[in-house]
Amino acid sequence: MISIQGKGVSTGVAMGPLYYYQRAKSTIRRYEVADIEAEWNRFKAAQAKAIEQLGALADKAREEAGDDAAMLFETHQMMAEDMDYEEAIEGLIKESLLNAEAAVTDTAAQFADMFAQMDDSYMQARAADVKDVSGRIIGILTGVVQGGIDSPVPVILAADDLAPSETVQLDKSKILGFVTEGGSGSSHTAILARTMGIPAIIGVGDQLKPEYEGREVIVDGSTGAVVVDADESTRSMLMAKREEQLKRQKLLEELKGKENVTRDGQKIKVFCNIGNPEDVPVVLSNDGGGIGLFRSEFLYLNCSDYPTEDYQFEAYKKVLSDMGDKEVVIRTLDIGADKQIDYFELPKEENPAMGNRALRICLNRPEILVTSVWEVKEARKMCELVKKELTEEGKPFADDVQIGIMIETPAAAVMSDRLAKLVDFFSCGTNDLTQYTLACDRQNNDLGRFFNPHHPAVLRLLKMVCDNAHKNGVWVGICGELGADLDLTETFLSIGIDELSVSPRAVLPLRQKIREVTVSEVKEKVLADLFSDENTI
Amino acid sequence: MKSFEYVITDPVGIHARPAGILVKEIKKYASTVTVAKGEKSVNALKLMALMGMGIKQGDTVKVTVDGADEDTAFAAIQDFFKNNF
Repeated sequence: MISIQGKGVSTGVAMGPLYYYQRAKSTIRRYEVADIEAEWNRFKAAQAKAIEQLGALADKAREEAGDDAAMLFETHQMMAEDMDYEEAIEGLIKESLLNAEAAVTDTAAQFADMFAQMDDSYMQARAADVKDVSGRIIGILTGVVQGGIDSPVPVILAADDLAPSETVQLDKSKILGFVTEGGSGSSHTAILARTMGIPAIIGVGDQLKPEYEGREVIVDGSTGAVVVDADESTRSMLMAKREEQLKRQKLLEELKGKENVTRDGQKIKVFCNIGNPEDVPVVLSNDGGGIGLFRSEFLYLNCSDYPTEDYQFEAYKKVLSDMGDKEVVIRTLDIGADKQIDYFELPKEENPAMGNRALRICLNRPEILVTSVWEVKEARKMCELVKKELTEEGKPFADDVQIGIMIETPAAAVMSDRLAKLVDFFSCGTNDLTQYTLACDRQNNDLGRFFNPHHPAVLRLLKMVCDNAHKNGVWVGICGELGADLDLTETFLSIGIDELSVSPRAVLPLRQKIREVTVSEVKEKVLADLFSDENTI
Repeated sequence: MKSFEYVITDPVGIHARPAGILVKEIKKYASTVTVAKGEKSVNALKLMALMGMGIKQGDTVKVTVDGADEDTAFAAIQDFFKNNF
């Protein structure tokens, strides 16, 4: 038995085989081959597999979106078996004795160049198709798996850390829990795990070794323990804990349908954070009262090029109709910083958290704005413009949509008295608000102990935002991870937060907590604590 | 061997999607289909080479069909060009 200690960032106990996330290698090895026939056959086998995969994708696309959608994959199939393409690869393998990966890479570059140099922008863009097809063949040759998991059974997924775009593409039905070498409590792996309601342990460093792959591990998200090949007593202890948690979950489900109201009658809305239209069923099954944060950037991370207006329209429409008459808050594109997208071609920055991100990108690039966004004065103008366009195009739209802003910087919190006059609501993103207020990078593992969202500086700002909002008839929500922190529920109720938006699985525990609080009994002390000399965090 | 000349009317010329469908169409026949523009000519089964010719709206191409079933193939390919390019 091997015990490893990390930091638990999503609770629960799970058991399963350990599996390392398979990632594409950025460098392709080049070497001279001795057996050219074997190398050529290796290429032919990879090519055949790629054609088969593309055929399956074409079938899936045809079923979901019709013949036009399927044609893209069929064209890719034809490129993969194109005679000239194949001949070029054959030449490199058989005459230059190049290994298959390198031969495909060079041939892809040659054909992509041919397209790139044509004087027609449509044909220039086809260079991407050649690279895509070739990337698939190279992936097969090097044993890289699309989507990162190739296992017949669900696994405990191990990785150094996962990028947001990687978490989006994971096959979630195959994951029982996460173990990562690095990461932080507010990283995307942690957020995804909490949304899925499965355990996640981060920061295990080099204690976790690749040779453990395939062995049975048990992870306990509440203690941060990872046990490889558990002995009988440890195993039964952890399984008992798992039973206990399932029982608790059942108890919580009895809270379904009950109001989020304190003992002395103060009500608060409990909404959910989602990143995909597919998350809505989990929101409803956990009795979420609405959606307090729909992270629209995940629509962009899922695409290899700018998503079309229609694609976005359908995604939003699906969420709105699935949610019925419940409220939905859609956040405009928030990329940059830790969420990078290739096709935006954002320049590398020294300090992306304070750089070209979120609305700053939108305001610099109106072509992105037009299909998705609103924010404060500039954005309101943009919004009026869009409404005018829709009217001119004769397209119907709801004119009573509320417009709010995220409060994520100390600047926005300090100016909230002025901002409250421009919007209908505030939504406080506590992860960013904490990182900017404390000047403490949330992605930096070494700074974990300084990243303290309970810091009175953060809480005082939240109170200030609330007071300014309520003076102006504006409502305030919290959509950061902090909303689900039960140690702060009394504080949020006392300062008068109107809405908490949390992971779907956190709705019922939060409801339980709210129903135990009597605000009139705790308010005075909570508010005094925020400004107390004793409070020396 | 039979051939016809055709002036491309499609605004984007011979682009990926219809070129792909053309390849599928040609595969139904035993005949070889060659597309020529000026001096250059390619076997129309070679998708990327065909796209690489950069055939645009207004270009005249000469299409040659050669093989055992060239009579049936000729009519079908000619129709295909009229309908797609």
